[in-house]
Amino acid sequence: MADINEIIKEENLVYSKSKILTDNIMSYCPGCTHGVVHKLVAEVIEEMNIQEKTIGVCPVGCSVLAYKFLNIDIQQASHGRAPAVATAVARLKPDKYVFTYQGDGDLASIGTGEIIHACNRGENIVVIFINNGIYGMTGGQMAPTSLIGMPTSTSPYGRDAKLAGNPLKITELIAQLPGTTFVTRQAAHTPAAVRKCKKAILKAFENVGNKKGTSFIEVVSTCSSGWKLSPVKSNEWMVEHMLPFYQLGDLKDE
Amino acid sequence: MAKVKGAIKVDVEKCKGCSLCVVVCPSKVIALAKEVNGKGYNYAYMANPEECTGCTNCAMVCPDSVIDVYRVKAQVGA
Amino acid sequence: MADYRLMKGNEVIAEAAIRYGCDGYFGYPITPQSEIMETLMVRKPWEETGMVVLQAESEIAAINMVYGGAACGKKVMTSSSSPGISLKQEGISYIAGAELPCVIVNVVRGGPGLGTIQPGQSDYFQAVKGGGHGDYRLIVIAPASVQEMNDFVGLGFDLAFKYRNPVMILSDGVIGQMMEKVQLGEFKPRWTDEEIIKMNGSWATTGKTSDRERNIITSLELDSSRQEKFNHKLIEKYKTISEKEVRFEKIACDDAEYLFIAYGSSSRICQKAIEIAREKGIKVGLLRPITLFPFPTKQIQAMLKQVKGILTVEMSAGQMIEDVRLAVEGKVPVEHFGRLGGMIPSPNEAVQALEDQIIKGK
Ligand SMILES: Cc1ncc(C[n+]2csc(CCOP(=O)(O)OP(=O)(O)O)c2C)c(N)n1
Ligand code: SF4
Ligand code: SF4
Ligand code: SF4
Ligand SMILES: [Mg+2]
Repeated sequence: MADINEIIKEENLVYSKSKILTDNIMSYCPGCTHGVVHKLVAEVIEEMNIQEKTIGVCPVGCSVLAYKFLNIDIQQASHGRAPAVATAVARLKPDKYVFTYQGDGDLASIGTGEIIHACNRGENIVVIFINNGIYGMTGGQMAPTSLIGMPTSTSPYGRDAKLAGNPLKITELIAQLPGTTFVTRQAAHTPAAVRKCKKAILKAFENVGNKKGTSFIEVVSTCSSGWKLSPVKSNEWMVEHMLPFYQLGDLKDE
Repeated sequence: MAKVKGAIKVDVEKCKGCSLCVVVCPSKVIALAKEVNGKGYNYAYMANPEECTGCTNCAMVCPDSVIDVYRVKAQVGA
Repeated sequence: MADYRLMKGNEVIAEAAIRYGCDGYFGYPITPQSEIMETLMVRKPWEETGMVVLQAESEIAAINMVYGGAACGKKVMTSSSSPGISLKQEGISYIAGAELPCVIVNVVRGGPGLGTIQPGQSDYFQAVKGGGHGDYRLIVIAPASVQEMNDFVGLGFDLAFKYRNPVMILSDGVIGQMMEKVQLGEFKPRWTDEEIIKMNGSWATTGKTSDRERNIITSLELDSSRQEKFNHKLIEKYKTISEKEVRFEKIACDDAEYLFIAYGSSSRICQKAIEIAREKGIKVGLLRPITLFPFPTKQIQAMLKQVKGILTVEMSAGQMIEDVRLAVEGKVPVEHFGRLGGMIPSPNEAVQALEDQIIKGK
């Protein structure tokens, strides 16, 4: 048997934390998808060598603290308004790679107006949309994306369409808008999904470099705290319930 | 014949014991320790180190980016 | 060569922005200030200076675009009128909390609610006392002429960047719609990226280079003791502004026994009222606050040795009068005269009010 210490050597390192991630311990709950997607964004920025050229806009939601974890210039935005903030950044600094990083409450509820119009104008930005079907930060309330029957703290008996309407597939709406060039729905619960998701993020950032308009990446995610399941069970629940409704794949790639 | 051998190094103090790495490891290398780290989490460690192929699956899904993966091509019988 | 024109107040805001090297304007139509964006769209400054002009989907989006642009260290602005300014308040609070420089123009109309499209001065409290949530202040400057609509755009940007603080130009429908002769400013080139990095690179999100730490624009602080420290830092800044940036004008004050205090278009009415009153033998002067925050408290106090009473004239139910009374501390009578709902007080009414409420009332 080879000695472990023979293997754990600098020259044998094949995977380690991206240099675009800071050394701060992430404030997210154990198993939170935000952490995985942060990592993918960081890896893409590192691989494209665009740290100097990237400006992130991270609104209210659990990931409002993204500026603690991503070693790039970041603007924290108010709830829902990141696409408007990013619009100005992209227009005033057209040589930069501008992205927003938004939750589902943020993007699909309070910020519906801003995201629709930014995408419709075809702002040259990347939108990363973390759809965990719940308001994570405020303690697990119903989101526009919560599934029918899904219990949350404001739909304790499960979401009832009569009372609360149906879950909003905003990504499908976004794909209708001529300003968008790439609209895709991804996940990050398995190594294969993570690889695909990273490819999508890479393509989105490249699209910005090629001035192709808005690239929109939904990541169907978990919120173990809001869902009141363990991280592993959350992934299973997501596969069983979320993915049949929020089907993965590209909606548009021009 | 070359056999791929791997190993992982977990940043124990930053691990949150979420188990996502445990379930994606195809070789059942990882387990959560009975002991806890400074934050009170049962951290991930290599329970079956000889099985690791260095496939990076665990590191890829780790939300906290606390796994480093190493890989060598070991000569069998050498 | 001095460049004189006959222009509307709103049009001048647009022209002054272009000439002062403004990088971006973001707005949403609302009467009585739509000419600002309309003028910009006709002028097409993007072809001339590279200035970005964008009609946003709402006032909320517009103020957040201002946030994004200001966070890049750029000279950006927005304009609106009362209901639209109400919508912007969350964004303004974030801008104040993140210490971002910008210029916000409010061409005030009467309220509350949708109110009237006619002029008003009823947004004084909102402008000078904070407006949005949290402990913050805007620097508020109140033009009283088309010339000042021009001059205060530049002054506004200068103050905004000097203190990293949002500046509000608190105008009203009279001045926005009025045509007057104006001397336009010289063309100033927009700042280059290099200049912005030199001046604002310590805080602005210009892209993280290897020679500095990342720049973070935020108004969030979860640690209470650090948030309190930050609040104290803001208070110190507002104190400095109060000491250094008070601007005001005194008219016919040398021998004044009575005083009008009025800003913006009401101060113009008071000038005419002074003439009428003096013909009647009433020695009245005018103190016109140009900055509403910081308020000319000391300058008002200095007048108390000579004046027997003060009448504030505002197109509101009486808002600025509270700051005047705080300054006067009960030493002389202070009364309010105002018209509401878009009605504009006449000089004769102002003189009558002075006689009835201050002189006879004594
Ligand atoms: C104007 C405003 N309204 C409400 C809130 C409270 N709030 C903070 S985060 C949040 C929801 C976040 O949910 P989501 O966008 O899905 O992000 P997640 O935490 O789930 O990632 C809400 C309602 C706020 N900060 N600002
Ligand atoms: S509350 Fe949910 S979304 Fe927020 S950090 Fe925890 S798991 Fe993630
Ligand atoms: S995935 Fe990462 S954080 Fe979770 S248990 Fe494994 S090493 Fe720890
Ligand atoms: S590298 Fe692959 S084999 Fe080794 S522990 Fe991780 S998942 Fe298991
Ligand atoms: Mg959510």
